[in-house]
Amino acid sequence: MEALIAMAIGVLTGCGVYLVLRARTFALVLGLTLLSYAVNLFLFATGRLVTGRPPVIGAAASHADPLPQALVLTAIVIGFAMTAFLIVLSLRARADLGNDHVDGREDA
Amino acid sequence: MSAHLAIAPVLAPFVAGLALLALAGMPLGLKRAVSVLALLAQAGIAMALLAAVAQGDILVYRLGDWPAPWGIVLVADRLAAAMVLITTLLALFAAIHAGDGADRHGRHFHVLFQLQLFGLAGAFLTGDLFNLFVFFEVLLIASYGLLLHGGGAERTRAGLHYVVLNLLGSTVFLFAAGLLYATLGTLNLADLAQKAAALPAQDAGLARAGGLLLLAVFALKAALLPLHLWLPAAYAGTSAPVAALFAIMTKVGAYAILRTATLLFGDTDTALANLFEPWLLPLALATLGIGMLGALAAESLGRLAAYLVVASVGTLLTAFTLGAAGIAAGLYYLSHGTFASAALFLLADAIRRRRPANADRLRPGPDLPRHALWGALFFVAAIAAAGLPPLSGFLGKFLLLRAAPGQPLVWLVILLGALAGVIALAGAGSRLFLSSSTADGAPLQQPLPLGAAGAPTPRELLAVSGLLGLIAALTLGAGPAVEFAQATAAQLLAPAAYIHAVLGVTP
Repeated sequence: MEALIAMAIGVLTGCGVYLVLRARTFALVLGLTLLSYAVNLFLFATGRLVTGRPPVIGAAASHADPLPQALVLTAIVIGFAMTAFLIVLSLRARADLGNDHVDGREDA
Repeated sequence: MSAHLAIAPVLAPFVAGLALLALAGMPLGLKRAVSVLALLAQAGIAMALLAAVAQGDILVYRLGDWPAPWGIVLVADRLAAAMVLITTLLALFAAIHAGDGADRHGRHFHVLFQLQLFGLAGAFLTGDLFNLFVFFEVLLIASYGLLLHGGGAERTRAGLHYVVLNLLGSTVFLFAAGLLYATLGTLNLADLAQKAAALPAQDAGLARAGGLLLLAVFALKAALLPLHLWLPAAYAGTSAPVAALFAIMTKVGAYAILRTATLLFGDTDTALANLFEPWLLPLALATLGIGMLGALAAESLGRLAAYLVVASVGTLLTAFTLGAAGIAAGLYYLSHGTFASAALFLLADAIRRRRPANADRLRPGPDLPRHALWGALFFVAAIAAAGLPPLSGFLGKFLLLRAAPGQPLVWLVILLGALAGVIALAGAGSRLFLSSSTADGAPLQQPLPLGAAGAPTPRELLAVSGLLGLIAALTLGAGPAVEFAQATAAQLLAPAAYIHAVLGVTP
């Protein structure tokens, strides 16, 4: 399971970085979204991967670490808001600069 | 009240921001008055907090009364209290200046302004790494709104770069926090410092990677070379009060570097000891150099001021690598540099508004209305920004050089940087104010956007002279200010007291 999760995080990060470097606002939004998926999975994995254990002390013989789950929840909420903001800003930049390049230049 | 003093600087701007949100439909004058009154109250709170920690006490506020390290704590020591006070004083004059028209373009300028202060105060006071991330996001989302306030193609372009880079920075911050949590099992800064001693050898590499990712994030916020490229366009493109307030934004990055470098990555015998040291000094000196080169090449006063912000970050982080005396010099210089660059941004805006043909571009044009007054204000601000005697910038650089005996490279870069700053500012001043009779074809009869004589509005004058007055106060009160900075440095370099205050145990 560890190898699978690690590969998933790696592939998501790689695709995210590639899309961000495309320097087009639509690709940028997708790239940042992939990166935030990657980091959310990564944060989740920092509590070690266990199955069948509730994140509550005393509910079962042993428990999963609840803190990474809380961190992921916070990161998802913040990432969601930032994505929404970035989409609006990208539309604004498309209108103000005339194209979807991050520098506003078609030839760049 | 005193039990809640450590959280008051965080709550006050939050409450003021919510109140201003409720007042969104009310006349602008009322919102301005509420904003400035709230800032006066916040300045009072910040001074009370500073007085409470000035003797070396460390106030710890446990949210929900959960004991650390399980709950989140706010920690007010000398450094945090001083940063909060500097921020509040800067914001007070920026908000006064905003009342001159920059807040006219949207309904929520003052809301965003207060929420920005909420994020800043939280970032300075928090004692938890993940909470630091959350407050960074709060101050960033408010800063996105402020930066783009008023719109325009130039602002949108610079804003897009700023937003995307900071979103990437946030992702890296989460990776860093995750790595530290995975290896050390905690996110409380004091607890991290304590657990670093018991770090198993096979995890040391991961934890070090996490620490260096943190440095990258903070370097992006502080605009440390090579992560400084977003700053000049963003600062020069935005409105004057926002640029003035943003003078403190790079200092948040510098603060975070200083805090983690002394608390987590200090001079101990753990695997994380002195983690930043090989990187910080060369990058800081290079940042100072590139900032000064940019200032020499700048074509407008706004851009010149923005490059001086980059250079002052370089100076600051150079100082932070030079031990106790260096940190003290850096902290003194930090307060000075923040006010000086803010004053320059406000002056650039005043000049831009009175030169319709040339704006703040550094080329000769017709005389400004009230030429002598603007010239004099620019002269004082330039002396402050360049670090010439008799103002506090000189004292800061003098202390810095004295903290670096036997380091010729530091001396060389700081002195050459100061020379470049003097040349850049003198060139700007002479082109703006002295050669103005040689009008280069611009119409002599300019339509004036302001009052008939283009005289300084009371708010402009109050904001600029207030900031210059703070610099004068720093100069006149240099003795106590430097003593305080030295006490702050001593407190930072003895993190055992911080850890004891938060966790109640002695490491």
